[in-house]
Amino acid sequence: MLRTVLIQDLTISRGERRLFSDLSMALRAGEAVALTGRNGAGKTSLLRAVAGLLRPEAGQIVFEDLEAETARAEHLHMVGHHDGLKSSRSAWEELRFQTLWSGGSPATARQAAERLDLVRLLDLEVRRLSAGQRRRLALARLVASPRALWLLDEPMAPLDAVHRQTFGDLMAEHLVSGGMILAAVHDPLPIPTRVAEIGG
Amino acid sequence: MTAFLILLRRELSLAWGKGGGPLLALAFYAGVVTLLPMATGRAPEKLAAVAPGIAWLALALSALLSLERLFERDFEDGALDLLTLGPASLEAVAVAKCLAQWLASGAPLALAAPIAALALGADPKIIPLLVLCGLFGGLAFAFLGGLGASLALGSRRGGLLVAVIVLPLYVPPVIFGAGALDALNSGLAWTPGLYLMLAYCAAAVALSPLAMAAACRNALD
Repeated sequence: MLRTVLIQDLTISRGERRLFSDLSMALRAGEAVALTGRNGAGKTSLLRAVAGLLRPEAGQIVFEDLEAETARAEHLHMVGHHDGLKSSRSAWEELRFQTLWSGGSPATARQAAERLDLVRLLDLEVRRLSAGQRRRLALARLVASPRALWLLDEPMAPLDAVHRQTFGDLMAEHLVSGGMILAAVHDPLPIPTRVAEIGG
Repeated sequence: MTAFLILLRRELSLAWGKGGGPLLALAFYAGVVTLLPMATGRAPEKLAAVAPGIAWLALALSALLSLERLFERDFEDGALDLLTLGPASLEAVAVAKCLAQWLASGAPLALAAPIAALALGADPKIIPLLVLCGLFGGLAFAFLGGLGASLALGSRRGGLLVAVIVLPLYVPPVIFGAGALDALNSGLAWTPGLYLMLAYCAAAVALSPLAMAAACRNALD
């Protein structure tokens, strides 16, 4: 189980532009950090760097007691604003694939669908879902296959009030069970968070 | 291995689904095979001579069809992130994609090639070799095509760029395959051509996944 993530002296540039430099922070079991900052400050880039999708210019990300590769393949989830859902496939096919791919089973996928109020939508093609419904479908894999670190990019943005509440509860449960959340947000999350301003 | 099968199943369903799949490839193949004789002249003895070559070359062209979407679709909608963070390496992801591409279009085309060759008046004795070339050549086309598709990731003119990258890589298998077919047709030794093509296919299957994984990482960065 992943219990600590250390971001050490991280510097990220996109092309010629330096987004931020020498950023350090620690994330421990049960903690949530809300990344804030203006548009283009580098919040998404930081999340992608932690996920290993983007090479930082300097600095490193350390997953305590684990090889970075193992940690990324087995202990973290990332849900970004591109949800990775195929519009031509049914919601169930996509949820099932995403769940199995990240280590869950069809049964846990079904439970996650119930938890996120997706059951009635599972037979629909993804193209028929609204933005909020799509987001819930993407978030369902967080529940369907438990992993310690959640990297979330504006997770709440398209959700309605009822489902913000539901997802808030899910995040709170995740923290209680020793999970970690690193989320890029503009509005405060409904859970206790430490705020880190990026690219100030 | 299970992760690989889970992914292969998804890729097959995507390749088989709307906007692609064997039917479209077969229709395109039929179109090319009908069109080429109109340019070469339709005297039966002339056609019979070029029939194996036409049936073979049209396979290579048809293999280009759905390459553009192979990686681009997952890159655009964020699914490539998910695939990168999964239990299988990106190399394995690339293999699953190319294999699905081959199963959904390369293999059905290889089985359709004899029909086209016979319709054009080819000697029936070339049929087994044509299917063999079609199956293994198709595997090489799928993997090299995947290489082109991954290198073109993120460019706006994906489709055309993929074809421009991939066509030169298709030259050796097309030559070796056509050489084998021609040799068999005229009663010469046909095995060297076949072996060369199989060797090229083996190299493509073994090496291109490494390049595809690197190209995907580069595109995501």
